Amino acid sequence: MQDKIRVLIAKPGLDGHDRGAKVVARALRDAGMEVIYTGLRQTPEMIAEAALQEDVDVVGLSILSGAHMALAPRVLELLEANGQEDVQVFLGGIIPDEDIPKLQKLGVGGIYGPGTSTQDIVKDIREVLQ
Amino acid sequence: MSVIEDILAGDRLALARTLSEIENDTPEGQRALDELFPHTGQARLIGVTGAPGTGKSTLVNRLAYLYRHPPAGVESKSVGIVAVDPSSPFSGGAVLGDRVRMRDLAGDPGVFVRSMASRGSLGGLARTTSDLVQVLDAAGYEIIIIETVGAGQAEVDIARLAHTTIVIEAPGLGDDIQAIKAGILEIADILVVNKADRLGAENTTRALRGMLELAKPGKRFPQHHAPVMALRPPPDLGEGEENGWEPPIVQTVATTGTGISQLEEEIARHQKYLHKSGDLIHKEKIRLKTKMDDLLQYSLVSRWRESITREIYKTTLDKLVARKISPQEAVRVLMNGGNL
Ligand SMILES: Nc1nc2c(ncn2[C@@H]2O[C@H](COP(=O)(O)OP(=O)(O)OP(=O)(O)O)[C@@H](O)[C@H]2O)c(=O)[nH]1
Ligand SMILES: [Mg+2]
Repeated sequence: MQDKIRVLIAKPGLDGHDRGAKVVARALRDAGMEVIYTGLRQTPEMIAEAALQEDVDVVGLSILSGAHMALAPRVLELLEANGQEDVQVFLGGIIPDEDIPKLQKLGVGGIYGPGTSTQDIVKDIREVLQ
Repeated sequence: MSVIEDILAGDRLALARTLSEIENDTPEGQRALDELFPHTGQARLIGVTGAPGTGKSTLVNRLAYLYRHPPAGVESKSVGIVAVDPSSPFSGGAVLGDRVRMRDLAGDPGVFVRSMASRGSLGGLARTTSDLVQVLDAAGYEIIIIETVGAGQAEVDIARLAHTTIVIEAPGLGDDIQAIKAGILEIADILVVNKADRLGAENTTRALRGMLELAKPGKRFPQHHAPVMALRPPPDLGEGEENGWEPPIVQTVATTGTGISQLEEEIARHQKYLHKSGDLIHKEKIRLKTKMDDLLQYSLVSRWRESITREIYKTTLDKLVARKISPQEAVRVLMNGGNL
């Protein structure tokens, strides 16, 4: 059997809705991936722990609260501390332009604003895992 | 250190990666299973099954939490959880959402939760679920809880895998006897009426009790092909256990934790019963036999697949559809490398 792509979709921070995260989760499922959905208000520690136990290839973070500069680097740091530096981190949310290069430099793989086509995300995940 | 040694030493990353190797059927995964097998047989396996949305994950969360934080004087136990959700038959993908309900277990190094997709298997478990359970067992998790796909059918596979099978019902699912599928009583060691805070919980409980009355013991042990084995009457059993185990009914509210300690007591009582009655050895034997038979079937089919080309398969099927050969002849051809 061909290895399945496993993706963790997490919603860190305190903002309250996960509609976007669920849309992405379903799109990835429809593209044949196994998506572990963890729900609202996850701390970076919870996310890294779940990523480890589930041995995922990709962590997708949905952050609408504006706290991405605190949360995303923390998740990357914890993944690395766990020996999972090969896990790709993708970020969706409202990310100001000036933050994008900083996040990319830290190792965030894909960054997606509102209105991104889910097909683009699918394509990017497949590419980066080649 | 080898991966195996890492797992035995409690390395969680090595464990997680090996679980993936096994799910993906790699040679590394197979080797790990061989090498870990001698270290298995220690864990208590608890199966949790029931229709979609009855509260399986919420209940697993509570139960695991109780094992981690028992009342004073009781030792806490490490807990492994394997939660299975269905794969989409169309894309082969899956959304695995059971973790959403297991937040209380986060940050606890004595808990390991693994979600898995059914990957085309029917019957509530994935083909490699029992293998993943075996690895968690070898890794030293004392309690392993397996949540099945919520198919709502009587899932015999879980009863073969787990020592104690919990079947969850909830009020308001079309309700009463119709909703309570036949066969459930054969696999349930413990019946839970969850969502006891909801209207109708008493009705559901009554309906279950009625069915239990009709189906007094003498059943047990779901089996593959062989007829159900009869039980010898064992000595030294608890009150009411002389005629075999009668599944108790426990009402719970998994969201608040009400009834979870009673459930835990019933699980403990059942495990004791398994020991005293000798059923444990019997169950283990059936489990391993099922495992061996399944593997045998799987490898025979794989080997057969390698022995036959797509072309032969297709021409044989064409002949069958054209009614030039019977289905029986078709199989004879396919089993014989394409020759009749
Ligand atoms: N009122 C009430 N709601 C509950 C109870 N237990 C669970 N729920 C709710 O029921 C819903 C489904 O719970 P889950 O634990 O996800 O159910 P499940 O059986 O694991 O669902 P699947 O894995 O999708 O089959 C959630 O919204 C829970 O909060 C309960 O005892 N009372
Ligand atoms: Mg569930």
